[in-house]
Amino acid sequence: MHKKEFTLTVYTENQIGILNRIATMFSRRKINIESLNTSPTEVESVHRFTIVINETEEVVGKLCRQIEKQVEVLKAYYNTEEEIVWQELALYKVSTDAIAERVKVERLLRQFGARAVAIRKDYTVFETTGHREETDKLIKELEPHGLIEFVRSARVAILKGSHDFHERLKEFEQREPGEEVIENEFLGKQDEIFTL
Amino acid sequence: MQTLELKKENGRANKNPNTLPPGNKGNITGSEAVLHALIAENVDTIFGYPGGAIMPIYDAIYDYDDKIKHILARHEQGSIHAAQGYARASGRTGVVFATSGPGATNLVTGLADAMIDSTPVVCITGQVFAHLLGTDAFQETDVINITTPVTKWNYQVTDANEIPSVLAKAFYIAKSGRPGPVLIDITKNAQVQKFDFAGYEKCNHIRSYRPKPIVRKEYIEQAARLINEAKKPFVVFGQGVILGKAETEFKTFLEKSGIPAAWTILGMGAIPTSHPLATGMLGMHGNYGPNVLTNECDVLIAIGMRFDDRVTGRLDKYAKQAKVIHFDIDPAEIDKNVKTTVAVWGDCKETLPLLTELVNKKTHPEWVQKFREYQKEEEKECITPELNPTGDILTMGEVIKLLNEFGKGDSILVTDVGQHQMVSCRYSKLNHSKSNITSGGLGTMGFGLPAAIGAKFGAPDRSVIAVIGDGGFQMTIQELGTIMQSKIDIKILILNNKFLGMVRQWQQLFNDRRYSFVDIESPDFVKVAKAYGIEGKSVSQRSELKDAVSEMLTHKGSYLLEVMVGKENNVFPMVPQGCSVSEIRLK
Repeated sequence: MHKKEFTLTVYTENQIGILNRIATMFSRRKINIESLNTSPTEVESVHRFTIVINETEEVVGKLCRQIEKQVEVLKAYYNTEEEIVWQELALYKVSTDAIAERVKVERLLRQFGARAVAIRKDYTVFETTGHREETDKLIKELEPHGLIEFVRSARVAILKGSHDFHERLKEFEQREPGEEVIENEFLGKQDEIFTL
Repeated sequence: MQTLELKKENGRANKNPNTLPPGNKGNITGSEAVLHALIAENVDTIFGYPGGAIMPIYDAIYDYDDKIKHILARHEQGSIHAAQGYARASGRTGVVFATSGPGATNLVTGLADAMIDSTPVVCITGQVFAHLLGTDAFQETDVINITTPVTKWNYQVTDANEIPSVLAKAFYIAKSGRPGPVLIDITKNAQVQKFDFAGYEKCNHIRSYRPKPIVRKEYIEQAARLINEAKKPFVVFGQGVILGKAETEFKTFLEKSGIPAAWTILGMGAIPTSHPLATGMLGMHGNYGPNVLTNECDVLIAIGMRFDDRVTGRLDKYAKQAKVIHFDIDPAEIDKNVKTTVAVWGDCKETLPLLTELVNKKTHPEWVQKFREYQKEEEKECITPELNPTGDILTMGEVIKLLNEFGKGDSILVTDVGQHQMVSCRYSKLNHSKSNITSGGLGTMGFGLPAAIGAKFGAPDRSVIAVIGDGGFQMTIQELGTIMQSKIDIKILILNNKFLGMVRQWQQLFNDRRYSFVDIESPDFVKVAKAYGIEGKSVSQRSELKDAVSEMLTHKGSYLLEVMVGKENNVFPMVPQGCSVSEIRLK
């Protein structure tokens, strides 16, 4: 079996430490995480991890079962690129002068469907969303024209084969609401606390 | 004893007017809430070691010595191994207290051991004040992150209000489904914080956690069909049978189906080792028949075991001819190492009776006979020379044989790790479940002595024999102090070959006898024991051996017997690493 790109979708409780618990599942096996996104789902107490790795299907399948076994994991799926719709967001900071002066830059941005999100005298920030190859290509094109900074988000992906996810998630939460995260209330309060 | 008297003088033994009686509600500290939780969970013994960050909890336990026994170990590793021994002997959850920083990091080996051997343990560690987290405070370590990969679940408490529900979750997670270790780290402020305690409620459900998969009858039907059609079925079972408390259900299934069975090292004792269908131990130093015939059976029925590499040998040559049925409570174990034909998810306490109902009553005399024939060959080549040696040099096997004769298979056998462990597990006769306590998956040297202490507290009415090598004994030898102080009765049998024997055996067989750092010197163990008030003797002659073993077993109180055995004896049979189970060597 050969390695290919898999996107893992993991639903978890919103609890401190779950990120590390999931990350160790990969690092323990010396698997590199290509991309990782985590944020709350439409249900506040449930978080969704989207993780991209390059591995064989056999390894990914076993890994997914190990992840799902973790107490605070609700569900773990793995999918190939064909089974998902995915996007990455990229921000490009470009010298405003370069855009103003060079028609080529303007044409490039238009061609790539870039959207200006901030315009200043000295720089402009553009945004694109798309697949990795597309954002990579635009970096390359902008390189000679004064690209100042670049950043890319992790992948977010939606499963083509899912049904009623939204409804099921809402029902799940309604049946049994999740617990609130309890954070450390005491950090930075050294001076107010007397300790031995 | 001195502390107890002191307590009475101070009039503190359970007379603290500020202590809320267990089960009551009211304004209490986090530490007291910990004690309320432990009492509600019927914890009777805690293995621990105090320190700065857990002092408030120790202050609270001072008032509960009529309800909870606290055993002071000599090292935190000792306390967690003792808790493991307690859990394995009693079938209950072991509980550990340790302080922050070094106290907690010393638990890591035990956590890893409990994780891989599925032992239910709840560790409560103290932590620095919450406002000091991340400041490199005195004895601060990031215990949660250190222990994440070696715990089934862990959690840090920074507010006392969380304590009742978090501990309830901890006990539920540790014991339910496939058991494992849980660590709860409690910052000192939460321990001293007063809060409104609304009572303790046990946990029996967590929305994101499925301890038991749903039993699907159709797979049991498929399994039964395969078993009923099989000509040469073979059962391999592990600790799942013991953890699931399904010994009776398992035996009923075995006896109805008439299928020969072999155990993994941790499954040993789930049925009496003398059972007519018992064929011995699997794996690298297991018995000849079960290993060879794994590659001849037509249906391999795995129950509550996880196909460890020490059991399977080379995977691409493991039971390839057989249809494999795998019963396991943990879905992640299915197809992890060996591909199954039929997977039966679930607790074997539930699945086995359903299977028994569907299998035909049968016997397989010719097939069982095959195991006996291999056994005869093994007897001739390995067993007889080990148990009835003709030379002057003492063997480990003949010592174990004497234990069998005197102990009649009713004791709890605790072993450390190495040659003595393999010999003990190969030759011991066990009549009861929860009688074989050893570090199987992790192979933790130093496990034996503290685990034996814990086993005695877990099963106080049973005799406990700890068989330990000269290497492993020195790894946790300080726990002799725990035996001394708690005045328990365990028998320590040191099989001393003046070598780190298992590594030496490998060096002999595979590294051309280059004995690299396996030559280990030991102190006078008998004198060391004596210094701890433990009687003992060392023997090196066969003429003294029988009496010495008998004296050890009949001695009132703990006793250490050192037997000087052959320096360069090897454990055989052996499946060399990278070989198939059917390539097992008799010499």
